[in-house]
Amino acid sequence: MPEFSLPDENRYSQDDEWVRESDDGLHRVGITDYSQQQLGDVVFVELPEPGSKFQAGQAFGVIESVKAVSDLCMPVSGEIVEVNAELEDAPEVVNEDCYAGGWLVGIRIDDAAQFAGLMDAKAYGEHVASRSDD
Amino acid sequence: MTESQRTPLYARHVELGARMVDFAGFAMPVQYDSIKNEHRAVRETAGLFDVSHMGQIHLSGQTALESAQRLLTCRVDSLEIGQVRYGLLCNSEGGCVDDVTVYREGPSEFMFCVNASNIEKDRDWIRDGLVPGSEIRDRSAETGLLAIQGPKSAELLDRLCPKSEEPNPSALGRFRFSTYTTQAGPVLISRTGYTGSDGFEIYLPAEASRSLFDLLLETGQADGLEPAGLGARDTLRLEAALPLYGHELDDTTSPLEAGLARFVKRKQGGFIGHEAMEAREKQGRSRQLVGFELLERGIARADYPIVSEDRQIGRVTSGAPSPSLGTAIGLGYVPPENAALGTELAIAIRQKNVKARIVTTPFSKKS
Repeated sequence: MPEFSLPDENRYSQDDEWVRESDDGLHRVGITDYSQQQLGDVVFVELPEPGSKFQAGQAFGVIESVKAVSDLCMPVSGEIVEVNAELEDAPEVVNEDCYAGGWLVGIRIDDAAQFAGLMDAKAYGEHVASRSDD
Repeated sequence: MTESQRTPLYARHVELGARMVDFAGFAMPVQYDSIKNEHRAVRETAGLFDVSHMGQIHLSGQTALESAQRLLTCRVDSLEIGQVRYGLLCNSEGGCVDDVTVYREGPSEFMFCVNASNIEKDRDWIRDGLVPGSEIRDRSAETGLLAIQGPKSAELLDRLCPKSEEPNPSALGRFRFSTYTTQAGPVLISRTGYTGSDGFEIYLPAEASRSLFDLLLETGQADGLEPAGLGARDTLRLEAALPLYGHELDDTTSPLEAGLARFVKRKQGGFIGHEAMEAREKQGRSRQLVGFELLERGIARADYPIVSEDRQIGRVTSGAPSPSLGTAIGLGYVPPENAALGTELAIAIRQKNVKARIVTTPFSKKS
């Protein structure tokens, strides 16, 4: 399996997304390095309108690589507060800088316990490894 | 689930870090590094593909020419030895059994290169259509096939073929082939491909493919040759508007609807499916293949509805972002009255109508 980076300051979901608290109390969400490697060249990202609300696990957007269309699923329940408009013209930033410039949405989390329940870097690393052994 | 078949290069692809997917029952590399980069390599320098999954059916016997004329929509009687032609195999209803290239290797010796997904179907169908005195042999399993495609491919291939041989691969005309002796052994090289760029296809004994693959990669590395997967092959062929069986073509689609009339001997006739095809034409076509470009953000994919005035009028057969053009392009079937160049219509992408326009194909000019 190729190497992929997993910053310690993030929490991770089963669906290969990272969640990180920002200074303003909101949380930023993006896809993991493992996920962007699996997708290959990202060519299109469709994100929801700010103000929309989604339950954990619900699809909030779509990410497309050259070959495939995949749903983006909410790691925790919450409201979309901001979206990364830069990805409209430069979706490749998701490949180049998935943990910073390639963030997808900023959300207000409904229940802090859901965030606390996400995996840490070590647990997510094991989750990916167990899956690729299948 | 049945295990995917492996080409002789399977282990090499994995070593090179390729993502392997099942395609037509074969484990094939979809990409090594990046589809976009591999696509660019083919347009600007060269790309090397393993397409050993494709099938090779050899036809011979006293009546081989007669059989080939009956089986193929293209003319075979005017095909010279050393020449290749694209054509279709049609069923008695005028639909496409497969699209193939036919090689004339001798007065009564032909090779059909067929789609991997259709090898068994073609073999049975060809056998049923043979004129007495012809026979076929399926050599798909023992034959390897590499494709080197892109503006630098001629120069790279010349390096592997000893100077004494005439003509060098670079001197081969388009749709011509010849045999060569390389360091990896004897090969048949034809100036053909499926990318819309200049290039060659190399047929060789399966067990020699790894050695030639590595020789080519080694000699081409400094010139920008990249191994390329099926992902890039698909975006390349789409830019060139080359049909893919199972998408633009199937058993119910006539080659004329698919815009392939120039590969059909309509005047000469005498091939299976000709009468049904002409009868269908007489009734009037219900659909026609067109190329389109999206005018708004989004990517059209196979099976998305094509919409005009809020009514579905057709269906996308292939769609992808075009790495060369930077826009999203696609092919699809619409009624002839909606097929004029410049017609604006929409593609329904996740229940949203995204504007598109019918444009000339091929989408990108030959490199």
